[in-house]
Amino acid sequence: MTDDRTRGRALITLDRVEKRFGEVAALDGVSAEIMEGEFFSLLGPSGCGKTTLLRLIAGFDEPTRGTIAIDGKPMAGVPANLRPTNMVFQSYAIFPHLDVAQNVAYGLRRLRLGREETARRVTEALGMVDLAGYGKRAAHALSGGQRQRVALARALVMRPRVLLLDEPLSALDKKLREQMQVELRRLQRAVGITFILVTHDQEEALIMSDRIAVMFDGQIAQLASPETLYRRPVNRRVASFIGVMNFFEAQVTGEAAGLIELDVAGLGRIAIPAEQAPGGVNGASVSVGIRPEMLTLLFSESDRAEHEVSGEVVDAVYYGDMTYYDLRLPGAARPATVSMRNTAGRPILRPGERARVGWGRESLILLA
Amino acid sequence: MSGRRGGPGWLRGYAIGYLVFLYAPVFLLPIFAFNDSAIIAFPLRGFTTANFEQLWATEAMHGALANSLKVAVAASVISTLLGICAARASARYEFPGRRPIIGFIMLPLVLPEIIVAVALLVVLVQLGFSLSLWTVVLGHVLICTPFSIAVLSSAFLNMDRSLEEASQDLGEGRVMTFLRVTLPLVAPGIVASLLIGFTISLDEFIIAFFLTGTEPTLPVYIWSQLRFTAKLPGVMALGCMLLLLSLALLGAAEYFRRRSARQTGSTGGYL
Ligand SMILES: Nc1ncnc2c1ncn2[C@@H]1O[C@H](COP(=O)(O)OP(=O)(O)OP(=O)(O)O)[C@@H](O)[C@H]1O
Ligand SMILES: [Mg+2]
Repeated sequence: MTDDRTRGRALITLDRVEKRFGEVAALDGVSAEIMEGEFFSLLGPSGCGKTTLLRLIAGFDEPTRGTIAIDGKPMAGVPANLRPTNMVFQSYAIFPHLDVAQNVAYGLRRLRLGREETARRVTEALGMVDLAGYGKRAAHALSGGQRQRVALARALVMRPRVLLLDEPLSALDKKLREQMQVELRRLQRAVGITFILVTHDQEEALIMSDRIAVMFDGQIAQLASPETLYRRPVNRRVASFIGVMNFFEAQVTGEAAGLIELDVAGLGRIAIPAEQAPGGVNGASVSVGIRPEMLTLLFSESDRAEHEVSGEVVDAVYYGDMTYYDLRLPGAARPATVSMRNTAGRPILRPGERARVGWGRESLILLA
Repeated sequence: MSGRRGGPGWLRGYAIGYLVFLYAPVFLLPIFAFNDSAIIAFPLRGFTTANFEQLWATEAMHGALANSLKVAVAASVISTLLGICAARASARYEFPGRRPIIGFIMLPLVLPEIIVAVALLVVLVQLGFSLSLWTVVLGHVLICTPFSIAVLSSAFLNMDRSLEEASQDLGEGRVMTFLRVTLPLVAPGIVASLLIGFTISLDEFIIAFFLTGTEPTLPVYIWSQLRFTAKLPGVMALGCMLLLLSLALLGAAEYFRRRSARQTGSTGGYL
C-alpha cells in the first residue's frame, strides 16, 4: 500500500484475530502491527468491533481464532491483571467507594512501593492530568471531565507499555473535548507510552493519531497515517467516512504508461497517475473523488486553474471563516461541494449565480 | 377521567377495609400491654407499666430470648453467606439451568411454612438427628435464604461490571477484586440481608415449634404462655416489644437496601 511508517519496533501484533459472539462475527480476521510509542487509533462506525478488539488486547476476552502478541509474547490465556496494558473505560469506571487519590493508588498496592513512594507517584500522576490537589475529593463529587482525567491518571500511574482508551472523550462537551484532544496528544508525547484510542469521531482520530485503522464490519478497511487516509482513501466507504468527499461517476477509457485515462461526468476527460488509484482499478465504471477544498471558485476573469468547468450555485452556507457552496455542474449526477476561505475582499455568491470552478489533476482520487 | 386517579369508589373502600383488618390487631397490642387489667377487653382500666416489669422478672423468658437471639444470628449469617454466593453467580454467570435453580431456591418464599416444617422434621428424624437449636437454625436458613438472595442480587446486578474489570486491569486477581471492589460496593446489601434474616428468624413460629427440642425460642415461649390467662398482659407486653424491634430492624434494612441501590445506581433484582 502507501508510504506508511512502520519504523520502530512492533509492540502489539494482531494476527488474523477473529471474535464471534454466537453467530455474530464482531471481528473477522484483523491483522495489524502497532508500533512502540505510537498513537494508534481504531476508527469506525458504531458496532464495527472497536471495543471488542480493545477488550481482546486488554485480556477481558479471548479471541475465537487468531493470536495477539504483546512485546513478542503470545497473550493467549494471560489474564487482564498480568498484561502490560491499562485501560481507560468508556464509562471511566471510577471506584465510587474510594476518593480520587485512593482511585489512582489502587493498582500500586501490588507493587509494594511503600507509603511515601506511593504518595509521590499519585501526586505526580494527578499533576500530569492537571488535578493536583484533588486527592481527597470523593469520586461522586467530580465533573465528567475530571472523572475522565482520574481514570487517565489511574492508568498512567501504572506506567503501562500500552494504554487503551475506549472513546474517552465522547461524554465530554465540544469545548472540553477539543481541549482534551490536545492534552492527550501532548501527554502521549511526554510519557512515550503506546496509546490505542477507540473513537467514532474521524476528526478526533485525524488530530491525535500517528496512524489510524479504519474499521467496518469487523475488518480493517485501511490502516494508514491521517494524511494518507485523507488524501488517498482506498475505497468509497473510507473516503466518505473521513471528512467530506465529492463523488463523480467516471468511465475508464484507457490505461497507458502509468496513466489512467478517465471520462468524468461533470469534469470532463482527464488522465491521472496510477498512484491516485490507491484501491486499484476494477472494471470500467468507477467513482472519482475530490475534496471540497481541492475545488476552487475562480472569482475574477484573470484567475486561472489547471482545469476548469463552469456551473450554477445551488446553495451557499456561510460558516464565518469559510463558505460552503453546492454547485450544479453540467453532466454531474449530484451538486458538488466547494469550500472557500472568506479572505479579505472575496465576494460571497448567491444561489442562482454562475461560477467557474477550477481544480488540479493531482487532487483527484479514483475509487473502486 | 377523575375516576382514573383515585380509582373507583369501591376499590378505595376495599383498600381501607383491608388495611384496618390487617393492622387493627397490631394497634391493639400496645394498648392492652399498657392496660391495668388482667383481662383483655374494653373498657380500658388505666395506664401501667407493671406488665413490662413483671416480664423482665421472668427467668424462662430470658432463656427463650437468648435462644431466639442465637438462632437469629446464626440463621441470618448463614443465609447471607449462601445468598452472596447465589446472587453473585446468578448475576455474573450464564450457566445451564440457571433459572430453574434460582427458582427452586426461591420456592420456600411461597411454600406454606407448615409444609417446610413437617418435611424437615420427618427428614431430620429419619436421619437420626436429635432436635436442637441447630435444627431450628437449619429451618430458618431455608426460609431466610430466598430473602437474602432477593436483596443481594439487586445489589450485585446493579453494580457496574466494568468496575471489576477495572480492578483486574489494574493488576488485582479475582479474590482481591472481590475483596477490594465487589464487597465494599454490595456491603449495604449484605447489611440489609443480615437484618432481614435476623428479623424473619426472630419472629418465626411454626418451624421453630416443630424443630426445637427442649429449648424454646421466644415465639414458642409466647405461645406456651397463652394458655394461662393471667400471663396474657405479659405476653402482650412482650409482643409489643417484639413488634417495635422488628419494625426498627426492617426500617434499617430498607435504609441499607436503598443506599445500596443508590450507590450502584439503580433499582431492580428479584423483589
Ligand atoms: N458480549 C457480546 N455478546 C454478543 N454480541 C456482542 C457482544 N459484544 C459485542 N457484540 C457485538 O459485536 C459487534 C461489535 O461490537 P463492539 O462493541 O465491538 O462495537 P463498537 O465498534 O465498539 O461500537 P460502538 O462505537 O457503538 O461502541 C456488535 O455487533 C455487537 O452487537
Ligand atoms: Mg464501543
